[in-house]
Amino acid sequence: MMFLLADQNKTFWFPEQASTFAPEVDWFFLAVTYISLVFFVLIVGFMVYFMYVYRERPGYKGSPEAVHNNALEIGWTVVPTIIAVWIFYRGTIGFLDMMTIPADTRDVQVVAKQWAWSFGYPNGVIDNELHLVVNEPAKMIMRSDDVLHSLFVPAFRAKCDVVPGRYATMWFEPTKTGTYDLFCSEYCGDQHSKMGAKVVVHTKDEYDTWFTKAQIPPSDPVEYGKLLYAKTMGCASCHSIDGSKIVGPSFKGTWGGEVALASGGTVPFDENYVRESVLNPQAKSRAGYEKASLMPSYQGRLKEEQISALIAYMKSLKSE
Amino acid sequence: MSAVVTKPLVAPVESAKERGNFLNHTSGFLSWALTLDHKRIGLMYLVGVMSSFLLGGVLALIVRSHLFYADGAFLTLKQYNQIFTLHGAVMVFLFIIPSVPAALGNFLLPIMLGAKDVAFPRLNLSSFYLWVGGAIFFLVAMLTTGLDTGWTFYTPYSLETTGPVVLATMGVFILGFSSIFTGLNFIVTINTMRPPGMTWFRMPLFLWAIYATSIIQVLATPVLGITMLLLMAERFLGIGIFDPKLNGDPVTYQHFFWFYSHPAVYIMILPAMGIISELMSVHSHKGIFGYRMIAYSSIAIALFGFLVWGHHMFTSGMANVTTIVFSALTFTVSIPSAIKVFNWLFTMYKGTVSLTTPMLYALAFLFLFTIGGLTGLPLGALSIDRHFHDTYFVVAHFHYVMMGGTLVAFLGGIFHWWPKMVGKMYNELGGQISAGIVFVGFNLTFLPQFVLGTRGMPRRYATYVPEFEFLHQLSTYGAFLLGIGLFVALGVLIDSLIRGKKAPTNPWGGATLEWVCSSPPPHDNFAKPPVVGDPYDFRGLEYDAREGGYVRR
Repeated sequence: MMFLLADQNKTFWFPEQASTFAPEVDWFFLAVTYISLVFFVLIVGFMVYFMYVYRERPGYKGSPEAVHNNALEIGWTVVPTIIAVWIFYRGTIGFLDMMTIPADTRDVQVVAKQWAWSFGYPNGVIDNELHLVVNEPAKMIMRSDDVLHSLFVPAFRAKCDVVPGRYATMWFEPTKTGTYDLFCSEYCGDQHSKMGAKVVVHTKDEYDTWFTKAQIPPSDPVEYGKLLYAKTMGCASCHSIDGSKIVGPSFKGTWGGEVALASGGTVPFDENYVRESVLNPQAKSRAGYEKASLMPSYQGRLKEEQISALIAYMKSLKSE
Repeated sequence: MSAVVTKPLVAPVESAKERGNFLNHTSGFLSWALTLDHKRIGLMYLVGVMSSFLLGGVLALIVRSHLFYADGAFLTLKQYNQIFTLHGAVMVFLFIIPSVPAALGNFLLPIMLGAKDVAFPRLNLSSFYLWVGGAIFFLVAMLTTGLDTGWTFYTPYSLETTGPVVLATMGVFILGFSSIFTGLNFIVTINTMRPPGMTWFRMPLFLWAIYATSIIQVLATPVLGITMLLLMAERFLGIGIFDPKLNGDPVTYQHFFWFYSHPAVYIMILPAMGIISELMSVHSHKGIFGYRMIAYSSIAIALFGFLVWGHHMFTSGMANVTTIVFSALTFTVSIPSAIKVFNWLFTMYKGTVSLTTPMLYALAFLFLFTIGGLTGLPLGALSIDRHFHDTYFVVAHFHYVMMGGTLVAFLGGIFHWWPKMVGKMYNELGGQISAGIVFVGFNLTFLPQFVLGTRGMPRRYATYVPEFEFLHQLSTYGAFLLGIGLFVALGVLIDSLIRGKKAPTNPWGGATLEWVCSSPPPHDNFAKPPVVGDPYDFRGLEYDAREGGYVRR
């Protein structure tokens, strides 16, 4: 019965309130719900009352003539109209706040692609988690490389579709440190349900620590390659290292062997193959993956030393 | 109501057996397959849409079973995507849009007008075969590589996926014509074939509802047809309208799609509301409260319904002004619906309420549709929708209005007119039990989904974070209970065909013209054109034990 226990932060209806939008959205929803409840109780109450008092029974005869009552008709038209106008108005005010991006924001470049999120920070830092500073407004500048996606952080009560062919912007100001869920909320194909990410809201000091560390790649190429694979470049969302099939081939135990190509024949899984497949994925695609969603090219997105690090990491998988 | 008192017609004396009825008038496969009799067409549609409902329902149970566990119970991600796509497409296009107008509307419209058939009987039959053709396309799509775009076919994913998008959209295109022709037929019939004395405001409200629906069918469906053609052209010819790689705009597709698909939901609900007007008055044995308000509201809903499509797109990046205007217009549609609910409710006031199976379904409708309508309010509010869009809150909302609304009203209508259509009474207790199980099962399925939505559970997810699992399990239990209730309803109806008592002419005490001809009606509906009375004049209608039904004294 977990859902009945109110987490100290969560309420029955909502996740934690972690942005400036949340208190307004939550209060407003509860107001609308209570107003609705009043009408619902009235309607169901009258319904049950009429069902009982006017029920067909021996000795009772109702009157068959239709009645109408202009006062009632006007009343139950005007009152709901007034309420509807208020709801529209209040919703619009909250909406305009959500759409008005403050002047000084911490900007994050967001790339949505099937099926992973990628967040870009200053100085070329890329990560698969969204790092923010508490009480500082942040602007997301978002693009999609393929189909519609949508960035949704329930704890922020914030959502915005990412439409390919244009930039979409949204903003929010986190009000609480912690880690929150980010979901894709526009159906985008096979792995739509898996296209999530974590939002990490830091204090300013924690953020600076993270950012400094993120700018310096690990000196050990294998560690660096692992970081690129698992976090920065999003390879892990399509290629496993344990043999399981996600979208593309698993990297388990393939280094140094021969792999079968879709066009026939085999090719050694070596430095050249990895480099070529990262820069021009369709050149030598693997047998059995002809129908898999096309891997995007990383030309221009991976520096040579990053490719070397990935190669070093793949080599290390062989010895496991 | 009207002050003119016309002498109501007394029920015909000769039995259906002596005169023959439309069921046994001619026999053989071709006499049904090539029939021009609106009643036979209506029955064939009824079998067709209920079979589609069964298929869509099985798909729903597969979805709900898979979602029992947070990691998914037994489907791969792609299979799940195909199943939810098919569930939506089958339910929307094969079942719910045609359901009431095609199955009940076809049967009742001419009879309620005292006419022998609709204005264009051959067009009517071709509507049916267009429905069959569209259904075949869908089934073929299902049996081939499997469609996984969602019933909405959003671009660019529907352009890149390898599934049978063109087959499916071709099916939608064909089905669209079925809908357009039916709407056209009904408009002409109501405009030109009302009998002397039946002015617009002496029509049964069911016909007002069908009329408003037909206007939408004729005006909106062509836009869907064009949209599907453009989608096919984009896939085949690369015309560059929706594909961003060709400088097209994916959001344009959404505008085109929802321009039809929002009015489509009013095609779904208006006829159901028409049924409720009939059920509430007949089973309260009392004239409907606020006839004119209900009639005007039906037209208002049909017209306003064309102005609100953007509320499906509040997060898509439309300009602020556009978004705000769509929100304002969305609230205007809520008012006529609310007015109707109050009017139906007060129809019971000082009436004689019979808690029959149809009445129980009608009362369930009032409860469920009210929840569905009220939950539309937070969705129309822009700041709240930023959080709720594409979550389970939306899923719960539309199931409350489409299923708790339209389906429940449709079932009520079937139980109400079943004796008239097939000439048999069903087991009343069985029917009441089905209403109870459906009501409880439905709420158990969808109430938890509101909470899932507010807590942030997105739609169309094959797997989800573990904290949502308990609510999903509640919902799955509810779905199976709902399924049981629906099977009980089906069982009661089939049982009536085998063992049901012969139905009287007027089992419920209705005052509209279908309760004047025999049960089932003769082939040509009325031997002589009936005298038109007030459709809600229940005076003098009393139960006669010998007859087993109501007669007018």
